[in-house]
Amino acid sequence: MKDIKKNSGLLLLAVPGIIITILMKYLAYPGLLLAFKDYQASIDQGFFAALWSSPWIGFDNFRFLIMNPDIGLILRNTLGYNISLIIIGTITAVTAAIAINEILHLRTKKTIQTLMFFPFFMSWVSVSYMMVGFFDSDYGLLNQALSFFNLQPIEWYNDPTWWPLIIIIMGTWKGLGYNSVIYLSTIQGFDKSYYEAASIDGASKWQQIKYITVPLLKPMVIILTILGIGGIMYSDFGLFYQLPKNSAALYNVTQTLDIFVYNALKIPNSLGLSAAASFFQSIVGFSLVIGTNFIVRRIDRDSALF
Amino acid sequence: MNKSIYSISKPANVVITAIMGIIGFACVFPYLLAVSISFTSEASLKAQGFSLIPKEFTTETYQFLFMNWQKLLQAYGNTILVTLLGTAIVLFITLTLGYVLSRKTFKWRNSLSMFIFITMLFNAGMTANYMIMTQVLHLNDTLWALILPLTVNPFWIFIARTYFMTSIPDSIVESATIDGASELTIFGKMILPLSLPVAATIGLFSTLTYWNDWFNAKLYIDSSSLDTLQYFLVRIEESAQYLTNNAATLGAYAVEVVSQLPDQTLMMATMVIATLPLALAYPFFQRYFVSGLTVGAVK
Repeated sequence: MKDIKKNSGLLLLAVPGIIITILMKYLAYPGLLLAFKDYQASIDQGFFAALWSSPWIGFDNFRFLIMNPDIGLILRNTLGYNISLIIIGTITAVTAAIAINEILHLRTKKTIQTLMFFPFFMSWVSVSYMMVGFFDSDYGLLNQALSFFNLQPIEWYNDPTWWPLIIIIMGTWKGLGYNSVIYLSTIQGFDKSYYEAASIDGASKWQQIKYITVPLLKPMVIILTILGIGGIMYSDFGLFYQLPKNSAALYNVTQTLDIFVYNALKIPNSLGLSAAASFFQSIVGFSLVIGTNFIVRRIDRDSALF
Repeated sequence: MNKSIYSISKPANVVITAIMGIIGFACVFPYLLAVSISFTSEASLKAQGFSLIPKEFTTETYQFLFMNWQKLLQAYGNTILVTLLGTAIVLFITLTLGYVLSRKTFKWRNSLSMFIFITMLFNAGMTANYMIMTQVLHLNDTLWALILPLTVNPFWIFIARTYFMTSIPDSIVESATIDGASELTIFGKMILPLSLPVAATIGLFSTLTYWNDWFNAKLYIDSSSLDTLQYFLVRIEESAQYLTNNAATLGAYAVEVVSQLPDQTLMMATMVIATLPLALAYPFFQRYFVSGLTVGAVK
């Protein structure tokens, strides 16, 4: 009681935030039980009561999930794209940051940074509109180029051949400015005396990058990779759903777990399936963050996230 | 000392500038193309396809758009309302929780920190959140369903905490407490004015998040009167997609269906109008995003 009185002012400040956090985050945790229940909605019970009184069905929902003929493909896509995007995204962003940092003319440097930052401010919906300019089968720039070289035009939204590449390029395109800015400002925060000492010892610019810049960037790369790995079961919904215009012909290369969870949620009688897939995402995501962080902690304590 | 030791050689500079310049241009090129398409006459598109410089310049598409302004204006209104209200709530929650977490004298500091940290590590997922929003809070098909899911952001709360801990000395709060000021007064009169830099960064991130969100609308919104700009774009695209996919089965009606398809110039113009405020404003605000990104990445 004495404690409450002593801290009453600060408690009062924190209460609205705590309430919204409970409503928006904590209320949903019991909802994870949906994965193990045959949920029966009822008119005279609230959601939680109905959830609790619905029959337990063990791992039946997960069994259905595994039996789904597309699940292998969906997992392959989710993991494959995410791993490729993390690796390619990191390499391109670090390279771009180092390159921009070396540009001599300050105005040019700033302008290029501004241009590269642009996609970060656009939603995938807007990007999917823009990309029609490239992919439209009648008027698009890509087919114009193909016909210029006397090649067969491609029905971009109906031909899955190039989509794995398109998704990786577009995912990288959208994040490049954002990620390289993080690395760039990290580089700019480095102690200049390292570079001075290195040049006095006759190190070339290339050697300075290799032996000073890249090693110093390592903690930041590790932190961002841990965060990326934690999200490896999730996907950028817009990149896989909006950009290919949810085209059925492309499903084999565009379906990811998020899209599966969403579709199952919107189709009647498949709530259990959606809940099982969603549960899987949450648990795997959580374990991966904890696991990666644990490993990083053992190797290099300072680079760990927590 | 020779300056050239510190920086790259002139030719290397030219090469790097050229390559990065091309990449920078590639980042805005799709948007420029869309803007150009929106100013091209439908007839010249049919003849020559898309190009970066309109073959036949026209403002007809925009004139048409502004004559049918009701829907677009409504979507603008909803987006602005959701963005402003959402950002106000985000700032309130983030700054209060961040500040309380920064106070070393607060008894439940560690518990509160853990309470927030858990939400960062563990997400209940789309299905559970959907059920809570629709079955417990019954907020589906209201603008609250677009606002509330984005209000609690643990990253931002920890950024605010770090900011308060590093840039507001304990002595300020201590001396105010000795002078008899209440915690609420201290927060309102002293802390809030000092929090402007971090508030600007978080406020801008939040503005961008709300302005560009379409997924919550896709999950929760049915009534077209609640469409935000982004979701309005989704609906146009979906109806165009539906008509294209079903043109074959509609057989005799196919011709009529194709004539109903929204013109591509019109779709591009709608997208340009919906994104214009962001495209024009971001160069002036990007430094706040940069500082936010770097603070956010450093734990």
